[in-house]
Parts: sequence; C-alpha cells; structure tokens
Amino acid sequence: MALNRDFIGRSYPAPEPYEVSRVKIREFAEAIGDLNPIYLDREAARAAGHPDVVAPPTFPIVFTLTGAGEALADPDFGLNYAMVVHGEQRFEYQRPIYAGDELRHTSTILEIRSVGRNEFVTVKTDVTTLDDELVCTTYNTIVERGGAA
Amino acid sequence: MTATIKYDEVEVGQEIPPVDYRVRRVDLIRYAGASGDFNPIHWNERFAKQVGLPDVIAHGMFTMAQGGRFVTDWVGDPGAVLDYGVRFSSMVVVPDDDEGATITVSGVVESKLEDNKVVIAITAKSGGSRVLSKARAIVRLA
Repeated sequence: MALNRDFIGRSYPAPEPYEVSRVKIREFAEAIGDLNPIYLDREAARAAGHPDVVAPPTFPIVFTLTGAGEALADPDFGLNYAMVVHGEQRFEYQRPIYAGDELRHTSTILEIRSVGRNEFVTVKTDVTTLDDELVCTTYNTIVERGGAA
Repeated sequence: MTATIKYDEVEVGQEIPPVDYRVRRVDLIRYAGASGDFNPIHWNERFAKQVGLPDVIAHGMFTMAQGGRFVTDWVGDPGAVLDYGVRFSSMVVVPDDDEGATITVSGVVESKLEDNKVVIAITAKSGGSRVLSKARAIVRLA
C-alpha cells in the first residue's frame, strides 16, 4: 500500500528539550567503538578548544527521531515498520553538539516518493538551542521495501 | 577547534589509508541500546529472515558511525566535522559467530573549499559490497 501523501509538509516539534549529557555521549561513543578522548574526557575536549566533551557526528540520531516517529507510527500514514530500512542520512552542523546542551528539535516530512516497488520518505529535523540558535540539521531517508507495490 | 591536519598540506586526490572496523552481534546489541533503535532486523535472526533478509544486518547508523570515526581520527578533532552524509547502498550482514563482519573504510580528499574546508569522499565496503555510497564529509582543517 502506498504511503499517505497528505503527510508531506507536516511538522512535529519534540514535546520536550533533549539534555545532552556526558554519560550519554560516553555510552554512544563506546557503542560505536570510538574512544576518542574528546568524546570522553572534558580536559581533552577543553585542550582541543571545546567547552565540554563533543558528541560524535552521528549522535543526533539518538534524539531526533522522536517527533517524526510519532508521524511514522500513525496508522493513517500506512507505514509497515517491519519492512523499513535506512536509505540515506545526513548531518549538517552549524557548531558541534556539547555535553550540557539543551536542544529542541522539529521534524518535517519533506518528501515521499516511489522508486520501483519501494517507498522513500525523507524527514528533515532542525535542532536548535532553547534560544533558537540553529545547531544542526539532519536529513533522514527511510525506505519501505515493497511499499509501493 | 584544533584539527591536527593542516589545510595547506593537503592536496586534492590525497588518499587516506583504509581502516578495518569489526562488527559482531554484541556490537549491534550495544548500539541498539545506546541509540534506541531496537528494530529486530538488527538482533533477531528469525525475524530478519521472516522479512526477507539474508541474516541479521548492522544498523546503517552503526556503519555510518564507522565512516565518521574514520574521518574524525584523520582530522584529529570531531568538532571539525561540518557536514556528513551517506546513502546506505548495501547491507552489512553480521553472522552469529565470533568473527562477525568487517567494514573497511577508506577516503580521498575530493576537493578543497574556502575557509580551510575540504570534502572527503568516503568508501565503505563489507563482504565485497559497497555499503555506503555518496558518502561525503566536509571538515575544517587547521
């Protein structure tokens, strides 16, 4: 079944800010096997010119899917989650994410397109500080295998 | 920001030596926990096969993270990454054994931009297939 195109353009602000902690950055860095001291040690991060430990470039995946997740789980959208694989992903930074950041984000369904038998959905997420300073923009494209058949 | 690689010393076409990254089932379990992505295709062989996959596959984001690690280790400072994007072109199949799978990442300096920025084209392969395509990072060098 094709996905519901009415969802294109819909935006989903996350209900609460996400607090970036040193503990979560460490957990994520360890999970990707990357023990760079700039992720783990505040002094090493400061020596490299950062206010606190830095989050790995792919870290925003931890918290940016909550808003869009709500949309993608909506039965009216028609997505079969079991058939979903990740198609494309991009992170565009205005500045690094640091431990101590409190970040808001809003996800928007940018595009839904059929390619062969598959459905492609692209979600853009703007990540900002509580003062609306843009920190990072993420683009997440998921593929529903067989969804357009 | 203190990237350790100097913009003036980098040339277009310069290759960054390949690095092998191991991925076993336990790495996927750990990544599922840390990232919150508990899709069973990444840890449940029975489920993966039911939905037509050859076996458990790695999270695309785990593979992307290895590409990121490759770049940040080269640059010297993870804060130097301004943009990083990939397409997941093939699956990293992770068998249920002690070896797991290997992701081999390599890179080349594709272009030099203004403000000490360079574009790195990243190649990631596993099991003879290219698992990332259109993989590019923009980093700011010293």
